[in-house]
Amino acid sequence: MSVDAATVTKVAHLARIAVTQEEANRLTGELNAILGFVEELSAIDVEGVEPMTSVVAMQLRLRPDVVTDGENAKAVLANAPASEDGYFLVPKVVE
Amino acid sequence: MTELTDLSIADAHAGLLRREFTARELAEAYLSEMEAARGLNAYVLETPEHARAQAAEADVRLSRGEAGPLEGIPIGVKDLFCTDGVRTTACSRILGSFVPPYESTVTANLWRAGAVLLGKLNCDEFAMGSSNETSAFGPVINPWRRADDETPLVPGGSSGGSAAAVAAGLCAAATATDTGGSIRQPAALTGTVGIKPTYGRCSRWGIVAFASSLDQAGPIARDVRDAAVMLGTMAGFDPKDSTCVDAPVPDYAAAVGASVRGLRIGIPREYRVEGMPAEVEALWERGKAWLVDAGCELVDISLPHTRTALPAYYIVAPAEASSNLARYDGVRYGLRVGADDIVGLYEKTRAAGFGAEVRRRILIGTYVLSAGYYDAYYSRAQKVRTLIKRDFEQVFDGVVDAVLTPTTPSPAFPVGSKANASPVEMYLQDVFTVTVNMAGLPGISVPAGLSGDGLPLGLQLIGRPFDETTLFSLAGAVEKAAGRFTPKAWWR
Repeated sequence: MSVDAATVTKVAHLARIAVTQEEANRLTGELNAILGFVEELSAIDVEGVEPMTSVVAMQLRLRPDVVTDGENAKAVLANAPASEDGYFLVPKVVE
Repeated sequence: MTELTDLSIADAHAGLLRREFTARELAEAYLSEMEAARGLNAYVLETPEHARAQAAEADVRLSRGEAGPLEGIPIGVKDLFCTDGVRTTACSRILGSFVPPYESTVTANLWRAGAVLLGKLNCDEFAMGSSNETSAFGPVINPWRRADDETPLVPGGSSGGSAAAVAAGLCAAATATDTGGSIRQPAALTGTVGIKPTYGRCSRWGIVAFASSLDQAGPIARDVRDAAVMLGTMAGFDPKDSTCVDAPVPDYAAAVGASVRGLRIGIPREYRVEGMPAEVEALWERGKAWLVDAGCELVDISLPHTRTALPAYYIVAPAEASSNLARYDGVRYGLRVGADDIVGLYEKTRAAGFGAEVRRRILIGTYVLSAGYYDAYYSRAQKVRTLIKRDFEQVFDGVVDAVLTPTTPSPAFPVGSKANASPVEMYLQDVFTVTVNMAGLPGISVPAGLSGDGLPLGLQLIGRPFDETTLFSLAGAVEKAAGRFTPKAWWR
């Protein structure tokens, strides 16, 4: 399988990364080189093989459903590029 | 007396306990080495004030007889580990001047044992690379050069800063992480020891995530014993990482120097790849002979799905990365590029903040997870991963106790030499290491000799899950036979 520039542009939008037409053209070649490399896997017989979900046999631990953290608004916002009154600031999303 | 910065962790610890020098003096010695070696670009942030304060506290504990196992030992930390109040960037523009308000579990374990932070070490951006050339802070220069040749070489990656700093004596040891070979490959290329423990041995909490089912922390150190002491401190249960295993940490250092007589060592035929230089082949032969001399038995084995590990990795790792890196959105931390609407803000911020290799991997990951392609790529790759793991399970079930391979297909290469090549050419650096991550096993790289050009080469030992102890014993045997390798200090 391979991708064209239109697919690259679509995928880049899904990944929320802006790409120019020129970048999309260059990325098409790069991504196709990688997709060509992984193509080898289509020849492997995986009939009846379970997909791996965990490399180490373990059961995910459960913990009591209680509050263990909080009241850290200042620390949470300390690295925000823009914040005000205890909130993150973003461009207007609702008209 | 030898230079303080030449001492191994064991010797420095003994000297501190005997009060031959203070932790403060040891830290100062390293700080001045770091200053003289800035041309290597190993550190992206030096923290001298932090180091002096921690060293002073260590001296107090030493004087009270309350020394921890790493009391006063100065270490470097890969800039992928969050350090409370100390800038952490993953060597990406998108994290900008992020200052974590918390400490990673692994580094917290080290500070509790008395270690001293010298600074944050360079690495490939988000640990994606095998040469340390994708770092937003620029490449790290390998302290090793070819004989009679000043061409700057890469230290490998992604933990290139960690490996270079340890090789050049700019820290006693360093933390590192390994997703596809990022501890073992740079260790091999710099003549240092690096171990990636079993998945789940170290907590991943507070380490910037790349591919969560593959990422593990481990140390890079000057010798096997130092690596054992470091891992013994870094490892351990942490309820904050649900994949971290609740099992006691053995005394790894005690395993170094233990007899390896009677151990069966697998030699997998699939690791003899086309185009492998004769000197790598010869190194492997020497490694086998050393282990036979030490009383091991060699067993020819087959790991038939070896070839599929790298292609499967380049589906699984980018897929997980595309998900993990979705958090960098220009809203909560790091870089922000303004736009009129929220989607524009995301797209512009991520375009400006991520470097070329990271963008490439996010796009591949997004593509293989997108509707209609999931089964053909991601699901198939995870099935192949089951087969890779099964290969190892079959040989570890009564056939062999460990597996011996070269760590890398070649020694260090010049900075910039792969700039115009296909991305796949760089990926091939990890052809011998990536299988271990895919199967979640422990793997150690130990320096074993020099190439014809005078560059270090490493051998890799792969063990059963949670059997790091055997790896430390075997690596100790290789080290004893091969000796240690130190570069000439041309950078001073």
